[in-house]
Amino acid sequence: MYSEKVMDHFQNPRNAGEMESPDGVGEVGNMKCGDIMKIFIKVEDDLISDIKFLTFGCGAAIASSSVLTEMIKGKTIEEALAVSNKDVADELGGLPAPKMHCSNLAADALHKAIDDYKNKSKST
Amino acid sequence: MTRDIYMDHGATTPLKEEVLQEMLPYLKEIHGNPSSLHRFGREPRKALEKARERVASALGAEPEEIYFTSGGTEANNLAIQGVARALASRGRHIITSAVEHHAALDAVEYLGSNGFEVTFLPVDEYGMVDPEEVSSAINDGTILVTIMTANNEVGTLQPVEEIGRICRAKGVYFHTDAVQAIGHIPFNMEQMPIDMLSLSAHKFYGPKGVGALYVRRKTRVHKLQFGGGQERKLRPGTENVAGIVGLGKAIELVTANVEEKSRNLSRLRDRLVEGLLELPDVRLNGHPTRRLPGNVNVSVFYVEGESLLLSLDMKGIAASSGSACTSGSLEPSHVLMAIGLDHQAAQGSLRFTLGEGNTEEEVDYTTEAMREVVERLRKMSSVYKK
Repeated sequence: MYSEKVMDHFQNPRNAGEMESPDGVGEVGNMKCGDIMKIFIKVEDDLISDIKFLTFGCGAAIASSSVLTEMIKGKTIEEALAVSNKDVADELGGLPAPKMHCSNLAADALHKAIDDYKNKSKST
Repeated sequence: MTRDIYMDHGATTPLKEEVLQEMLPYLKEIHGNPSSLHRFGREPRKALEKARERVASALGAEPEEIYFTSGGTEANNLAIQGVARALASRGRHIITSAVEHHAALDAVEYLGSNGFEVTFLPVDEYGMVDPEEVSSAINDGTILVTIMTANNEVGTLQPVEEIGRICRAKGVYFHTDAVQAIGHIPFNMEQMPIDMLSLSAHKFYGPKGVGALYVRRKTRVHKLQFGGGQERKLRPGTENVAGIVGLGKAIELVTANVEEKSRNLSRLRDRLVEGLLELPDVRLNGHPTRRLPGNVNVSVFYVEGESLLLSLDMKGIAASSGSACTSGSLEPSHVLMAIGLDHQAAQGSLRFTLGEGNTEEEVDYTTEAMREVVERLRKMSSVYKK
């Protein structure tokens, strides 16, 4: 039911784990639907220099978090904001229809992390 | 080394060789319609009646109390909707439990939205129905109580004999969905206060697409579909002869020495439970002792069921889960919610259903695989608290 690329990211997730002193953190999802994603970013000169994720969820949730981190690393904030959940699913070679709205949240988590970064830099 | 460890016998079981061999002639050479009078019809008719006798003898019933169906779902629907149609003029109240299989639950719900009054009894934290509650829920309009013998998800065994006695004393029909129980629990309908019982061949090493409904003599049930006069007019349609032959052989095999087989399987189950409970933050769902001999249902905290299943699958282990992702709906399993699990425990649920062929070595391999998989998934979990 999942593409090879999804299974690869599920089995060998990129950039999984907690980040120490991130510049921004974004969390989306809830336990009721069964997917909770957390994205951590480090920003240097408007570039996302490092990104990590922690995800509770199904194969699609873990794979989309993982592939997102690959897509985003080294991108500017503006470029990162332009990446949508659909872009993430496309990068994975598509996701099964029922997974498209419940588990495909990685870009939302990233955008929240960017908001968090922007709020923090405003207040300092 | 790739492994092939099947621990999903609650979903379906492999067809036994002896069963297949008995079925084969009826898929090819013996092609007649059992309703035909000529010799082409006589042979499949004989086979059909022999299968009926085998099912009857496995249940301690009479052959004329056995009606073949397309499976457990149809048997449940026939019992529930069939009694509702037959007795609607006498009463319009039906009682069931919150943990039934959807084949029963949804049939009752349908009647509930079509002029019947329905009661869904709650269960305790182990998934058990309280017979006292059955008793107090019965009123003058009650025509049917339907409670499963054993739960397909958490394996809990219901006090069906006690419930049956209550129903009999109050003159109310009692149906039980025994789809998961056949081959694990001995039945003797002569002595058990059960009016109707559903079973399905593929849950006990028979073929898919065939089941049966036991209907005690003089129980009033209406047919649901119209056609020829097969199955004494209760279930019209040309019989699935090969399937029925397979069902007959499978039930004969699976009900032989059932107590001994259940004891052995329980030992294997308990070994797996012990192994899994040694992992941190794992709980057993369902009743600790009153459960199907092959059923292990655990909640693994901080990880989600589907990702557990995928990871186990990569290690060659087949299991199932009641998480929202795997239930095919947006909600976790109604059974896990009914026993009071919170969403996290339900999302991390995992069911292993052991059966014939599983070994101690496989159980130990599975425990070790689980240790690795759970550790790996928790490391990347957003909710894991060390």
